[in-house]
Amino acid sequence: MLDLSAAEWTALKLSLRIAVVATAWAVPFAVLIGWLLARKNFWGKTILDGLVHLPLVLPPVVTGYLLLIGFGRKGPIGGFLHDYFGIVFAFRWTGAALAAAVMGFPLMVRPIRLALETIDRHLEDAAATLGANRVLVFLTVTLPLALPGIIAGVLLCFARALGEFGATITFVSNIPGETQTLSAAIYTFLQIPDGEAAAVRMVVIAIVLAFAALFAAEWLGRRATTRFHGE
Amino acid sequence: MTVLAVDVDKVLGGLKLAVHFRAAGGVTALFGPSGAGKTSIVNMIAGLLSPDRGHITLDDTVLFDAARRIDVPPHRRRIGYVFQEGRLFPHLSVRQNLDYGRRMSGRPRDVREFERIAALLGITQLLNRRPRMLSGGERQRVAIGRALLMRPRLLLLDEPLASLDAGHKREILPYLVRLRDEAAIPMVYVSHTAAEVRRIATTVVRLDGGRVVATGGIELLAGPEVEALE
Repeated sequence: MLDLSAAEWTALKLSLRIAVVATAWAVPFAVLIGWLLARKNFWGKTILDGLVHLPLVLPPVVTGYLLLIGFGRKGPIGGFLHDYFGIVFAFRWTGAALAAAVMGFPLMVRPIRLALETIDRHLEDAAATLGANRVLVFLTVTLPLALPGIIAGVLLCFARALGEFGATITFVSNIPGETQTLSAAIYTFLQIPDGEAAAVRMVVIAIVLAFAALFAAEWLGRRATTRFHGE
Repeated sequence: MTVLAVDVDKVLGGLKLAVHFRAAGGVTALFGPSGAGKTSIVNMIAGLLSPDRGHITLDDTVLFDAARRIDVPPHRRRIGYVFQEGRLFPHLSVRQNLDYGRRMSGRPRDVREFERIAALLGITQLLNRRPRMLSGGERQRVAIGRALLMRPRLLLLDEPLASLDAGHKREILPYLVRLRDEAAIPMVYVSHTAAEVRRIATTVVRLDGGRVVATGGIELLAGPEVEALE
């Protein structure tokens, strides 16, 4: 049944690559933003919180369009990145990764923020009295204790990135081999007269991937929890 | 010889702390009812709380001086702190908890020192456990060991027995007495229990309502108002 054509393989590999890259890039930013929201009080905190959550409530097409305006080659950010760093997002797989990261970001920030909020700050004080500076306190106490939340956030973001459709197709279109992800390929196959068999194969793959991600996260989460909070 | 000199003011909600005392070697007990500001004082010595005014010096080092804007951060004070609730790191084993201070300072491993302190506190057989698997008394002994192994210049103990039941209190006290007699580290010991202070203290600073009401030896622990505290 899973006798995939070259085009289908390409879409599958591209989807995985986009989801992995999007999630990996999102982690440090999500930890930083989650930490700011959990620990700091500053002017504009509510606005930052709102901005982070915007992709969750906006129609994905709108997010995709905003990315196109901002990160297109003539957009203010896209133009700058192209002129100075040679980075191009528009109609490239990197753009698909950016869209996936933006869409998955709020789902990653939330559990990380919650995990950071529940950490006993007294443990950080104890670490400081034992000679750890603020960076070491963060790396050796805060971050390990927040790990279950980070794992949960990574899974949610990865799953969202893997399934992203609306923002991606709006921002970087549906180019086979470049921006045609699993979701976009399913959509395309359903549009053509004999495409249903191919679409069904991709659907099966999507379901298998979703389950695999769920089990992996469950397993990792349980391991982290037992490791850090005792048996 | 003065080791520790504290002269600080701090307003904390409804409590106005204005504390002045000096401590030599041995064990200085901060003794008084709850709400007297004892924990806030040790937090200021440790650097976890900044006084509004005054200064704190340890040996020749100025740790805090409001006038000169000196406030050495806690990680550079080298003051060991045993908290009331232990505060062991739940994600680390007992061995890693004990080793934490050495790792943070980048000192090379000293197996003999490690084994000596683990033996002194009777925690050698617990090294591979997680804090969650320990009894209250064991947890507190590990916390003491963790503070000692950072080679502190001063050891602060904030009601280290308060969270323990009577049996575990009897279990820990002899270790603390041994520590006083064997390790040449000055200690500040916070307690509201006269019996405890009588066994461990060499100097007593009596506090009430944020002020020092008397300083002296353990003879300060006699009298009706002390018995009323118990």
